[in-house]
Amino acid sequence: MNRTDTAPSPLVGTAVPRREDPRLLTGRGRFVDDIQLPRMLHAQFVRSSVASGRLTSLDLSAVREVPGVVAAFTADDLDLSAITAGLHRPPEEYVPTEMPVLARDRVRFVGEPIAIVIAEDPYAAEDGIEAAKAVYDVFPPILNEGTALAPGAPLVHEEAPGNTLLDVSLFATEGIDRIFADAPCTVRVESRTGRQNALPLETRGALAQWDAREEQLVVHTCTQIPHQVRTVMANCMGLDERAVRVVVPDMGGGFGIKCVVGREEIAVGAAAMRLGRAVKWIEDRKDALTASFLAREQHYSLRAAFDSDGHILALDADVVCDMGAYSCYPFTVGIEPLMASSEMPGVYRIPAYRVRGRAITTNKAPTAPYRGVSRPQYVMAVERVFERAARELGMDPVEIRRRNVITEFPYTGVNNITYDPGSYLESLDLCEKSLRDEGWYARQAEAAEQGRHLGIGYSCFSERTGYGTAAFAQRRMKVVPGFDLAEVRMDTTGALTVTTGTISHGQSHETTMAQIAADELGLELHKVKLHQGDTERIAYGWGTFASRSIAIGGSAVRRAAGKLGEQLRALAAALLDVPYEDTVLDKGRVRLRDDPERGLTHVELAEVAYLRADLLPAGTEPGLTATASFDTLSDGTFSNATHGVVVELHEGTGQVEILRYVCVEDCGVAINPTVVEGQCRGGIAQGIAGALYEHVTYDAQGDPECTGFMEYKMPTAAEIPDITIHHLETPSLITETGAKGAGEGGTIGAPAAVLNAVNDALRPTGVELENTPIRPEQIQLSLEQAAYKHKESAQA
Amino acid sequence: MSSNSTDHQLVSLTVNGTAREVVLDSRRTLADTLRHDLGLTGTHLACEHGICGACTVLVDGRPARSCLMFAVQAEGKQVRTVESLSGDSRLSDLQQAFADRHGLQCGFCTPGFLMLAEGFLAENPDADRKEIREAVSSNLCRCTGYQTIVDAVEHCATARRGHQKGNVQ
Repeated sequence: MNRTDTAPSPLVGTAVPRREDPRLLTGRGRFVDDIQLPRMLHAQFVRSSVASGRLTSLDLSAVREVPGVVAAFTADDLDLSAITAGLHRPPEEYVPTEMPVLARDRVRFVGEPIAIVIAEDPYAAEDGIEAAKAVYDVFPPILNEGTALAPGAPLVHEEAPGNTLLDVSLFATEGIDRIFADAPCTVRVESRTGRQNALPLETRGALAQWDAREEQLVVHTCTQIPHQVRTVMANCMGLDERAVRVVVPDMGGGFGIKCVVGREEIAVGAAAMRLGRAVKWIEDRKDALTASFLAREQHYSLRAAFDSDGHILALDADVVCDMGAYSCYPFTVGIEPLMASSEMPGVYRIPAYRVRGRAITTNKAPTAPYRGVSRPQYVMAVERVFERAARELGMDPVEIRRRNVITEFPYTGVNNITYDPGSYLESLDLCEKSLRDEGWYARQAEAAEQGRHLGIGYSCFSERTGYGTAAFAQRRMKVVPGFDLAEVRMDTTGALTVTTGTISHGQSHETTMAQIAADELGLELHKVKLHQGDTERIAYGWGTFASRSIAIGGSAVRRAAGKLGEQLRALAAALLDVPYEDTVLDKGRVRLRDDPERGLTHVELAEVAYLRADLLPAGTEPGLTATASFDTLSDGTFSNATHGVVVELHEGTGQVEILRYVCVEDCGVAINPTVVEGQCRGGIAQGIAGALYEHVTYDAQGDPECTGFMEYKMPTAAEIPDITIHHLETPSLITETGAKGAGEGGTIGAPAAVLNAVNDALRPTGVELENTPIRPEQIQLSLEQAAYKHKESAQA
Repeated sequence: MSSNSTDHQLVSLTVNGTAREVVLDSRRTLADTLRHDLGLTGTHLACEHGICGACTVLVDGRPARSCLMFAVQAEGKQVRTVESLSGDSRLSDLQQAFADRHGLQCGFCTPGFLMLAEGFLAENPDADRKEIREAVSSNLCRCTGYQTIVDAVEHCATARRGHQKGNVQ
């Protein structure tokens, strides 16, 4: 549909108030745990207390005696197929491994579910799991890269030699060794990032009940991928897929860990079928911190060659990702190393590139995608490369970036990715200018004179958003995400219902998708309502992850609304007896292009379409519905940003205080600028959390050390600064609205910018840190050493 | 709705201005009683160990973690939940400030922040931005990065002060 057939867009690009807010602010949201069903039972899981071992016996007889306990099931009792995530890669590259719904004999991490206990109330369910008696043959656990890759190490999965589940070398430019040999400057970076928890405030949960009338298992669960949960649940239970309905009510965050299929929701569904009663499971925080999906633990060994003017000549990378005990469905353990390997050159023109990416398995909770997926880590490592080179060559850290960022588009990189237009250089310039104009460089100099430690750091990146089928197919996933569907339906009152396969968990889709559809049809916003997260309402959807909802789901919505607009115009043209081309959609009606007074309202047209079929022109189908799909073509679309941070390091405590945070972002057309800013700020807070605070740790036996918020330090309002966001707008040429994805950028940019700022502040000490989280004790030590040096040189 | 435990008690408390009597297990938390026995599901649970603050309600006017209180401890007390903030269909000034400043995204932590702020502003109507930030730092939000929550509470406080001044004049 041609854009000129609709009146100018009044809504897209406007910060209209969120339509989600009234119910969420008044406590009328409905989350999984808010739903109660008649005769509902409650589940909790008996979980492994050892990191690695064989379950030699599991006695649930005492569990069944606990008052209130109704049933307890082991793996043998439920007899469900395991979940196996697949890649179409040869055995030397990828080893598929099974994740049983309940562990049967082998256990691989502390917290792995081995039995499900069902009781009349949640308190009794918790009493029940404490009465379980499990006996294990305990094996020495594999807890890090060193022990996993050591020769002769015990195997986490017997089928995976060397504890390696994925080992790929995707790129190796010919002659790269010669470039390194001849280069005037080479630098090395070893960068490690700590294990993190994505930590949605609402823990995972599911409520399942068999509906005898519909012959359907109805599962309410908080997932980012309802259709995938349905597919896997049906497969595990041996049901037709139509016999499972997955419904997602309001969802209290996801950030990626809810875009994989969990084993607990499958067990809950099976238990509900077996008992013929509704069964609810709500994960507690301890389980969410220790036994849910984690993320982020990676190790980068980078070597880069530069010419004497600071142009990068080659990058050689070895990436090892600690994926924990199991491969997540559908993305597999390949999610992190494949992302890093194929996208690492990122925002820079890197002429020669070699990379090896590995996923190793350890006796820790499994990992899943988490906001940014590998990009927070590789951006941090690559940004360290440029900072290091700038120091070696005596260059300004911003100038070296300026000389290397891609400036001409479309640009096809050494990684075979074609980048669509962005504002890489402009965002860098604007970010630096902002901090310079605010006087931070002058303040840094003043502070140095006073013996205070201020540092300024940047990070510069682009991120592929709205991954389409081609991108995932290139990864050779066994199931290939990519497209999404949308359906629009106008009722007899002219009100519009939009249904998508994407699902909001805080991203404001009810507002932004409605903005897109309303503009397309010339409707007022209140005439549009979004339906999402119900597998009965739309044939399939790939859900919400990889910043795809607006780029792909929003494009599908615009296409479907466009088709409905064509139907409305065709109907009006026939009824008014004018040529189709003379009609235009405008403010709730179809009118004549050259005669604004003459037209028919949507309500009048809808009445004909449904209630007066006798008036329909011959050959016109009754009703007003349209469906459309969308898939990003080529390599997708790339958002970009530059983050600039000013930190002060405090002598005496080693604390890092963020004094200023500026983000210049470009996500193409911002459907709703307020929503985009919210996504940026929230993402940056999670990036800062990874840089400075959050770290999942285990003791020598593989027992998780972070079992609550006392140990897992999630930042509060006291730690996260106010953040200024500047928008640049390079519309995507690929999506229907010009929008690019906006969900993940904040998280991607923050760790590198913070680390670079800390290192800038540490410059006088000669210390450079390369790992996150950055610990106060390391900083403290560096500052003490600097003070000592300063004193010595003053005395000399 | 408790298990077969014999340790049941009758508890009388006032919730959102209405006197309620509940028979419950003595180990039942106030949060579970509000959510599941009284059907006030606006109060949320996210950690159940008193740190995240999603379950914050007002007990005799002061913010309290309802996950750390047994319902029996609320005997004879006045409890206010998020459901009490707005009359009919209108948002309260505090709720409206959260909407205006985009102080929520997924909305799960929001009732806790609202009740925290409601109690805090009642006791500290002159709080400045720094004090508001400090008060707000007792609850966790994973979506917003907090800035817009601080903005919302500050905006509401400023408006209330202006309104009071207007009344005096």
